[in-house]
Amino acid sequence: MIHATLKQLSQQLADKQVSAVELATEYLQRIDALNPQLNAFITVDRDKTLLEAAAADARRAAGTAGLLTGAPIAHKDIFCQQGWKTSCGSKMLDNFISPYDAHVIEQCRAAGLVTLGRANMDEFAMGSSNENSYYGAVKNPWDLNAIPGGSSGGSAAAVAARLAPVATATDTGGSIRQPASHCGVTGIKPTYGVVSRFGMVAYASSLDQGGVMAQTAEDCALMLNVIAGFDERDSTSLERAREDYSRDLAQPLAGLRVGLPREYFAEGLAADVGRIIDNAVSELKKLGAEVVEVSLPNTQLSIPAYYVIAPAEASANLSRFDGVRYGHRASEYKDLVDMYEKTRAEGFGSEVKRRIMVGTYVLSHGYYDAYYIKAQKIRRLIADDFKAAFAGCDVILGPVAPTAAFNLGEKSGDPVQMYLSDIYTLSVNLAGLPAMSVPAGFADNGRPVGLQIIGNYFGEAKMLNVAHQFQQVTDWHRKAPAL
Amino acid sequence: MSLSHQDVARIARLSRIAVTDAEIDAVNRQLNSILGLIEQMQAVNTDGIEPMAHPQDVSLRLREDVVTEPNRREACQAVAPQVEKGLFLVPKVIE
Repeated sequence: MIHATLKQLSQQLADKQVSAVELATEYLQRIDALNPQLNAFITVDRDKTLLEAAAADARRAAGTAGLLTGAPIAHKDIFCQQGWKTSCGSKMLDNFISPYDAHVIEQCRAAGLVTLGRANMDEFAMGSSNENSYYGAVKNPWDLNAIPGGSSGGSAAAVAARLAPVATATDTGGSIRQPASHCGVTGIKPTYGVVSRFGMVAYASSLDQGGVMAQTAEDCALMLNVIAGFDERDSTSLERAREDYSRDLAQPLAGLRVGLPREYFAEGLAADVGRIIDNAVSELKKLGAEVVEVSLPNTQLSIPAYYVIAPAEASANLSRFDGVRYGHRASEYKDLVDMYEKTRAEGFGSEVKRRIMVGTYVLSHGYYDAYYIKAQKIRRLIADDFKAAFAGCDVILGPVAPTAAFNLGEKSGDPVQMYLSDIYTLSVNLAGLPAMSVPAGFADNGRPVGLQIIGNYFGEAKMLNVAHQFQQVTDWHRKAPAL
Repeated sequence: MSLSHQDVARIARLSRIAVTDAEIDAVNRQLNSILGLIEQMQAVNTDGIEPMAHPQDVSLRLREDVVTEPNRREACQAVAPQVEKGLFLVPKVIE
């Protein structure tokens, strides 16, 4: 049962082979058994979960169920969920029980999905290794010495370890794709504006985008059907007609033009990861895809541009944590400013403080043009690179990260080394494009490696089609760690 | 360019984050190494390029000026550190 996909579980629920309560109970038992070593969940609340499951069973009995009613899900601890602690991986919000639901949570509730718990993450989604969580690092289920990736490391580890069939996640600079790659699961980050940011704790608002992780591309499509859609409470939510993201899954790939950016296969890419990506491209060729070389010449600049724009926006967004309306407040202070400074010094971890300070600096008087405006111009160059590349291809393929998952502690002392490992994911967020990670093999050290599929704007159905067809002829996505 | 201890203290103050004397060396070093990375941008000529703020270059929507949310003051204040009579309490700012 625990290896079943979301699609299979929804069928079993519809056929009354299993109830939502039985399913939830089985997953909760597995979480109880394995979470102490993996640390994938920050909060588990058996009573709440079973109440949701009982309500889902009642909907099934009353004939008002939807396709996914009763299926279990883990939510990244960044999505506000009424009645649940929403910590965002931070001491700052350790005492925050959300009084409202994020749009993504509302959509999941309406679909009848049952919350298994709240997944661990890097504090305020800042990190590539999940070592920045106030609640401790998540372990990679494939190798407990390895990082799971970040920032959605808990979501990825939960799906990989079969503690949940699907999980919500967010991606500001690779936070869905990189952990999905490192944990061997399928993850999708939609086009910026497709999933509402309402109730999603903000990091860098012009880059943040919600998405999902699951075992298969098909499950990702079913979940995207649930969480995507216009929401007027998010000022950057796009008004578009509803679409069925699973509509093209079965399309053959004959004639598909696959772009390989030469900059993604240059120096810095580990040989074993490169071989895995080459093999994946060969599989797609066998399915009729034709390969074209493309160029994304400003790829290298995505790192400095991202590490200006994201901290700048973070410094503004995180100014709301002032110890007044919610969250942590220092216990001793001499005046209002002292209260702010102590509250924030105590409540934020070191990476969050660093990014707030970098952001404050680049936005400060006299530096705004040299840094923030300069980065936004480079952002345009990067988006234009993709525009030119997509003139000659339908999807772009490449690695997600330069290496398979590194060891816990390996890069945690050097922020810049950590930032450099984001080289293949940041450009997509700067351009606002959709992208996926799909399991494609194992590195020499036995850790999973994902293939990145980058789509054109609103090309989710096309990417999911490519991923699904790939998964019809490969079984990397069916491999599970021995736990 | 490289930040001094004094610069770091100013940035920390603007950020409303207390940085102790014991921390300032390490913070200074890390900020300088991040700024060194960011500095790579200056090598690129971006004259005449329009800055990009939103991937679809859309402008913000306007809506009718009507009430859309119910009053949930009690629920929202239940998570506040200190409230009294429906007000958020902060240290005295006016003598």
